[in-house]
Amino acid sequence: MKINVQLNGLALALEIAPHEFLLDVLRRYGCLSVKRGCDTSSCGVCTVLMDGVPVLSCSLFAAKADGHSITTVEGLQREVAELADFMTAEGADQCGYCNPGFALTVLAMKRELAAPTEEQIRHYLAGNLCRCTGYVGQMRAIAKYLGVKE
Amino acid sequence: MKEVNQPKPKLEGKGLMLGRPVYADDLAPQNALIVKVLRSPYAFARIKTIRTEKALQLPGVACVLTYKDLPRNIITRAGQGYPEPSPYDKFVLDEVVRYCGDEVAVVAAVSEAIAEAALEFIEVEYELLEAVLDFEQAEGNRSVLHPEPEAHSKFDIGMDASRNIAASYRMNVGDVDAVLEQCEVVVRDRYYTQAQAHVMLEPHAISCYLDMHGRLTVVSSTQTPFHARRVIGMAFDIPRKDIRVIKPRVGGGFGGKQMTHGEPLVAAVTLKTGRPAKLVYTRREVFESTFSRHPMRFDIALGATRDGRIKAIDMNVLSDTGAYGEHALTVVMGAGSKPLPLYNKVDAVRFNSVVVYTNHTPAGAYRGYGAIQGLFALESAIDQLAEKLGISPAELRRQNMIAEGETSPIFKIMGEGGEGVAMTMDSCKLDYCVRRGMELIGWDRKFPRQTVGPNKVRGVGMALAMQGSGIANIDMASAVLKLNDDGFFNLMVGATDIGTGSDTILAQIAAEALNVSTDQIIVYSSDTDLTPFDKGAYASSTTYVSGNAVKKAAENMKRLIEIEGALKLRVAEGEVEFDGTTLRRKDGKGSISLKDLATGLYYHANQKQLVASDSYVGQKSPPPYMAGFAEVEVDLETGKIDLLHYAAVVDCGTTINPNLARIQVEGGLVQGIGMALYEEVRYTEQGRQLNNNMLFYNIPNRLDIHHVTVEFAESYEPSGPYGAKSVGEIGIDTPPAAIANAVYNATGVRIKDLPITPEKVLMALKQRRQ
Repeated sequence: MKINVQLNGLALALEIAPHEFLLDVLRRYGCLSVKRGCDTSSCGVCTVLMDGVPVLSCSLFAAKADGHSITTVEGLQREVAELADFMTAEGADQCGYCNPGFALTVLAMKRELAAPTEEQIRHYLAGNLCRCTGYVGQMRAIAKYLGVKE
Repeated sequence: MKEVNQPKPKLEGKGLMLGRPVYADDLAPQNALIVKVLRSPYAFARIKTIRTEKALQLPGVACVLTYKDLPRNIITRAGQGYPEPSPYDKFVLDEVVRYCGDEVAVVAAVSEAIAEAALEFIEVEYELLEAVLDFEQAEGNRSVLHPEPEAHSKFDIGMDASRNIAASYRMNVGDVDAVLEQCEVVVRDRYYTQAQAHVMLEPHAISCYLDMHGRLTVVSSTQTPFHARRVIGMAFDIPRKDIRVIKPRVGGGFGGKQMTHGEPLVAAVTLKTGRPAKLVYTRREVFESTFSRHPMRFDIALGATRDGRIKAIDMNVLSDTGAYGEHALTVVMGAGSKPLPLYNKVDAVRFNSVVVYTNHTPAGAYRGYGAIQGLFALESAIDQLAEKLGISPAELRRQNMIAEGETSPIFKIMGEGGEGVAMTMDSCKLDYCVRRGMELIGWDRKFPRQTVGPNKVRGVGMALAMQGSGIANIDMASAVLKLNDDGFFNLMVGATDIGTGSDTILAQIAAEALNVSTDQIIVYSSDTDLTPFDKGAYASSTTYVSGNAVKKAAENMKRLIEIEGALKLRVAEGEVEFDGTTLRRKDGKGSISLKDLATGLYYHANQKQLVASDSYVGQKSPPPYMAGFAEVEVDLETGKIDLLHYAAVVDCGTTINPNLARIQVEGGLVQGIGMALYEEVRYTEQGRQLNNNMLFYNIPNRLDIHHVTVEFAESYEPSGPYGAKSVGEIGIDTPPAAIANAVYNATGVRIKDLPITPEKVLMALKQRRQ
């Protein structure tokens, strides 16, 4: 079957199987920034934006994306590069496997929350797990990123 | 120092965040067959019959492999130097399966759906064998996991397969029993540590193809490409020259990718079919069918004089290696060799260990590598001793711990799988680490507890740790540097960056030695065809062992540049100086930029390629040290534990990159906090994993982690590159004991088996009230 999506700003008709998850379709169409970590929507590395809102692509049927706009890191290179500068300055990037999903969630948070507190940030990002950094370095990076932007 | 001890951003950090396709699955050939593995539903069984005809008839299935299709070559997947100190007890596929999740058959098909369907069409009849699921009942059990005659070890590791013993080791200094008898105060207790899962976020992923020469190329998310090449060669009787292993970016390892897992399975498919193939583990497979941490039982006795001089340590360990014995000996030795030298003023030490086979998921290398288990037991017992003596735990440690300029006989006796090396501590700032950590946590104000409400108490606890820096006299690293036209360099290393930032750190070391800036160094790691040998990323060795190799290679390169510069400037060797961009005659009568020199060398006169290399093997393994401090708040009505603050002060010598070192420690701490409070691989009575996914196996999330402080002691290790020791593992080592001690100080109940769950705390509180 076909779905019509706005993928990273491009209107596309994607061929999908009815049972396919969005993650697999996106990777098949070349969005390799989208990663699979857990198969149970527990780790957040498969996060993409649907109409600007973070969703877990490993457990979202691709069919549900029909008619929606989907954004991956491939479509937000400039904004992500800006955030990446703060992350790398803090050394908080490490293995990088969770970074694209994390970056998208941070960008969505930035649009959604005005001047969030540390507690709000931790809540917003709670679903994005990281096994390398221990989170506090990421928090230092986000705090600086948001501070500088305001 | 202008390039090292600087917080340079990680070289590949931006590309990773921008989602560039760099991991094994991203790089797999698009036409790769999808490999799926049929896994044992039983903990212990013999395959009576296995029929693959129906699966093979399914359109799109390229091959189905069982033990009948592969050579019966026994291997160890441990991914250690050769000969490995691990038992050879594994066939790529065998007719006996030894844990739920063990490999039964391998399917390759043109799509995932077909491969999965094919698994259903394989008909297997099993003869169930009596599983050994309690590691305390494994030794000498009538059910023997490895009766096969091929099982052996390459040298004496204390293996006795007939008694389910994968490895054993004992040593003693002095007469422990006699000294303990004379001690005025003795503490004896039993502790348990659990199986922990690595949970690196990238699941294991491998693709294989034959290159244009017909050589097997393996792209694997591995920590040890050179060991993987050797293991694959041995498994299939292929000359190593016909195998190439490429390590792309690796999405975390923590020891879990030191061993070969799926590599031989995918290689078998490609060798059989001639076609590219790939296997990406499901998360369930990562849990059930890779490795976990060795669970251990410790019986420990400490003896001291009334005034707090620790005189004897007795440690008796039983370790569960699961179905196969990878790292059985070396991890259990780590449980002794790392913790025991911390208290070096004793008269007698005894260490006795047995590692048993059980029908559980195999245990293997995991950050902390025995030290974290041993330190939980020892550092808990130290607090028990302090209480019995009526001395503060900080004071007791200060009186007895190792200090700079001192040594311990353990260093010489215990290595990793064999003898160690004698060492005097040229760098050990443990005294500073303790003092500073106490300040950071507010020890003097908070010890032992504060009541903050009718049901809430807070307590502080501490623990010490030491690790090592590589494996002395065994593990080697090397580096190659190439000067290019325009004056920039390629650094080729076999060292395996698995997300730690080691490529960046090695580039900083090369830049420092060459006196150039780090951005002039382009790093390539690691590819068995293109990069020189390196033991791989394990044993906290990359900064120290690979770093020393890089430093030596870069110093060689600098000499070559100066020789060529002298020739060009028409002076004798030694009459030029290189400032990082320009070579100048010392007499001031001429200069040439590196850029022009290099371009000249490749296009004009005296043409030649400058390449320098060198190797390094550690003559010792200088330990990094750490003091860790936990402040917890315990709810006495529910047993719930909140970790309010964790403060860690680390002596890892000079940090090559302070930011990356700090993240290593922070990340290690949080993994250690996970082991202390949340994580445990659990099994049903039939030996199936209960929590084989990330819904039920909970690693710490962002909300669990509040306040973490990490600082470094000013320290310099003379044998390290620019004073550096290792930092990869030390961070994980202190949380289990420090948190257990804090919970005790808060509540008066001591949890002696990890993890420290609210349920255990509550039950202990109830028991105490009765």
